Amino acid sequence: MKRSWVFWLPVAVTIAMFATFLVALVRPSDRTIESQLVGHALPAFEAPAAMPDQPGTNSRDYADGKPRLLNVFASWCGPCVAEIPVLLQLQAMGVEINGVAIHDKPEDLSRFFAENGNPYARVGLDQGGRAQIAFGSAGVPETFIIDGKGRVVGQHIGVITEADIPDILAKLKGS
Amino acid sequence: MRRFLIAATLCLAQPAFGQDYAEESLPDVNQETQAVALMDTLRCVVCQGQPISGSNADLARDMRRLVRERIAAGESPETVRAWLVSRYGQWVSLKPEVNELTAPLWLIPLIALGGAGLLYSRRFKRKKK
Amino acid sequence: MPQRMLAEFGMAALWVAAALALLQFALGVAVLRQNRDDLARTIAPLAVAQAVLCGLAFLVLMVLFLRSDMSVLLVATNSHSEKPWLYKFAGTWGNHEGSMLLWVSILGVAGATIALFERALRADTKIATLTVQAAIALGFYVFLLFASNPFARIAGVTEGQGLNPLLQDPGLAFHPPTLYIGYVGMSAAFSFAIGALITRDVTPSFARAMRPWILGAWIFLTIGITAGSYWAYYELGWGGWWFWDPVENASLMPWLAATALFHSVTVLATRDALRTWTIMLSCVAFSMSMVGTFLVRSGILTSVHSFAVDPKRGIFILALLTIYIIGALVLFALRVGTISEGKRFEPVSREGLLVINNLLLSVILVVVMVGTLYPLALEAFTGQKISVGAPFFNATTGPLALALVAFMAVGPLLRWRHDEGRAVIRRLAVPLLVSALTMVAVYVFAGKASFLPAMGIVVAAGVAVASVAPLWKRNLARTPLFTWGMVIAHLGCAVSIAGMAADSAFMKEALVPMRIGDTRSIGDFRVTFEDVAQVPGPNYDALQATLRAETSNGDSMVLKPALHRFSTPAMVTNEAAIRTFWNGQLYVVLGDERPGNVWVVRMWWKPFVTLIWVGGIMIAGGGFLSLIGRVRRSAQSRKAKGLSAA
Repeated sequence: MKRSWVFWLPVAVTIAMFATFLVALVRPSDRTIESQLVGHALPAFEAPAAMPDQPGTNSRDYADGKPRLLNVFASWCGPCVAEIPVLLQLQAMGVEINGVAIHDKPEDLSRFFAENGNPYARVGLDQGGRAQIAFGSAGVPETFIIDGKGRVVGQHIGVITEADIPDILAKLKGS
Repeated sequence: MRRFLIAATLCLAQPAFGQDYAEESLPDVNQETQAVALMDTLRCVVCQGQPISGSNADLARDMRRLVRERIAAGESPETVRAWLVSRYGQWVSLKPEVNELTAPLWLIPLIALGGAGLLYSRRFKRKKK
Repeated sequence: MPQRMLAEFGMAALWVAAALALLQFALGVAVLRQNRDDLARTIAPLAVAQAVLCGLAFLVLMVLFLRSDMSVLLVATNSHSEKPWLYKFAGTWGNHEGSMLLWVSILGVAGATIALFERALRADTKIATLTVQAAIALGFYVFLLFASNPFARIAGVTEGQGLNPLLQDPGLAFHPPTLYIGYVGMSAAFSFAIGALITRDVTPSFARAMRPWILGAWIFLTIGITAGSYWAYYELGWGGWWFWDPVENASLMPWLAATALFHSVTVLATRDALRTWTIMLSCVAFSMSMVGTFLVRSGILTSVHSFAVDPKRGIFILALLTIYIIGALVLFALRVGTISEGKRFEPVSREGLLVINNLLLSVILVVVMVGTLYPLALEAFTGQKISVGAPFFNATTGPLALALVAFMAVGPLLRWRHDEGRAVIRRLAVPLLVSALTMVAVYVFAGKASFLPAMGIVVAAGVAVASVAPLWKRNLARTPLFTWGMVIAHLGCAVSIAGMAADSAFMKEALVPMRIGDTRSIGDFRVTFEDVAQVPGPNYDALQATLRAETSNGDSMVLKPALHRFSTPAMVTNEAAIRTFWNGQLYVVLGDERPGNVWVVRMWWKPFVTLIWVGGIMIAGGGFLSLIGRVRRSAQSRKAKGLSAA
């Protein structure tokens, strides 16, 4: 009993615990929440028109054979401003981008587009975060890459920079 | 037409008095109890350290509204939880499922209890020899 | 000394303290390994000098914070010249470097106290204990001096960056030091245990010397956890009192280990049994304290209270923990054969019940540890993300805790070594009857209450009666203080559990939109929304509502919940309005504003919720009485021995 392995058990447990701590320190926990929809069909959603001269968007707009980007953004979100020039670049390359504005007001959006430009083909207002939650989006800006069959083939969390353009184009083409 | 559209969207964005379940109990007490119990076990994806019932983040508010509306529509709390998990992953639920990933989590307490029982019985069995 | 040099003076004091710790360690090893008894007298003065210098360094840092000396990097990043002085003062330890300095300062003071006042311990064990203390302190001095210098300077800064508004709370300012005293107290217990292991002195007299330290540390941990729970309850504004947040769990784990430890050390001190188990628990309790500090400070857990620290420091602390904890556990595993078997006892005896207490506490500890660390381990090794929260912890620890308190009620009614089963059942008749009656009452009056809270009330009722049973037919004036302590602490457990169960089972909640003049009811109250107004605050804008609550018997009171809007950093905090009654609390929070002067008001009627913290205070208070009783008793017996020797 006295020389039993039982007394080495605390040593083993502690080593396992500290090994976990070490891995967690070297590779800090990733705090971004990814949507589980990648690889699945875009869920049903309804985002009515935000701007008087632009249509809104809903889930039926996406299965027409043309791949697109669906950008979740807001006029009150600072990083979204930084993203607009890159989205305009993508638009110039022929990529169609639809926007869903979260917790936003039409007058704020008008000002936002007047100041930064409008890269969107359609802009819808999300009502009470319903579309955002349906997408599994945890914040703004986030961009979903949708293929011609209306399937989500990719998600980009955070601001899209110029460096991300090739990757996004590849995902759009590949779909 | 333009004015009408803007007015219509504004109404949609901000529901009238008495209908925003983000911050309002459901009229049915049992449903409200179910909804609150569920909200206490869903993790806020913005603040991450808190359940959605105690978070001031907009997205947590939106999720509270969604939970109450779905419970009021007759869905069971576990259906609503499963729906949110299908969007945000297991992470969003503070109630870990029992599956191969979480098997150690649920088994270790049982093993510990068994081990404690073993230690106890061995301590007193030896004595009788 | 010119004031400009103050930070450098603090730094110098820290270096000298580190050098003294090194000397204390080296001389201690020399005394123990080469039997240099001529050096033995130097150890205690060194421990005292080290404590004085380290304490001086901490005082210097405090003065720098109070003066808002922005040429010191730590002050500039964590303070602001316009903060109230209390938060400047508390700002000293409200950051990583300062809190580590406070940690070693407390460690130093603990070492000096052992050096000056510990007389019950064998001389060589005392030297071994102080040597282990020096070794622990040395590691943290190295960490402070090389990886997190609190006195580093910065040029060209004129104003500080301030403090998180949520943390601007007098209760929270003193929360960390309370827990730290508890953690460091566990390190003293650990040093005793390792010292005794080195000198092969695991005996009842050693246990009696170690017990006050464990008890003292445990009291501070209890106060820290109770206060932290109340802070979360009134400050976070949604009526919860325990969230199973990783940082809360990090403070609960050492408490569980410490609770087990001081019960087992009592068995060792009075009955000379559980020798190996007590030594192992000392190691576990210390490692839980260290892991607790590490988890909170390293920022590897996602929590409401997390702190971000760079991984290099985390690895440094982890390396220290590896040396101390794994080193100690290996020493224990190697030396375990030298600890002679303690005295025997039977399952039906007070020792037998204390063994059950220890095993259940250990299982609860394992459960809390697994629940807290499993998501971390899973993500580290597989990348999968899951969350473990209240549903897991309640389902697992709830039944275990109820079983634990049930055994807790039985234990003190048993005799040491051996007792008759039938006599025990007779002694338990009244508590069992009370529990049975409560069960009927709960079933009749609250059939809807869920299982765990209902069982909580039933167990609490029986335990409350059984807890005071040890005083039955006793001369209360001659009952020793430590028996009173035990009775009060055990009763505190019953009180606390009753509060938790009553709140979970019978709490009423309402989230209602109200206009001025509207009246809604919650529990027995009718609440009228009377007014809402802007009120200027010191460094925030407050929006304050006025509500009038009326009870059915005509009493009326005013409640003023508020929203505080801070500008730097931009943040809104809820200030709940809480009214306490003998049978519960009315808790009101002001929520969202809606168009048309409509406000959402959240109201809770929380029956008997205050019992949770009253129980916590009783537990700590019982511990304190016990501590006084034990210290007085050992002083008396020393005096008696001294007289007979003369």
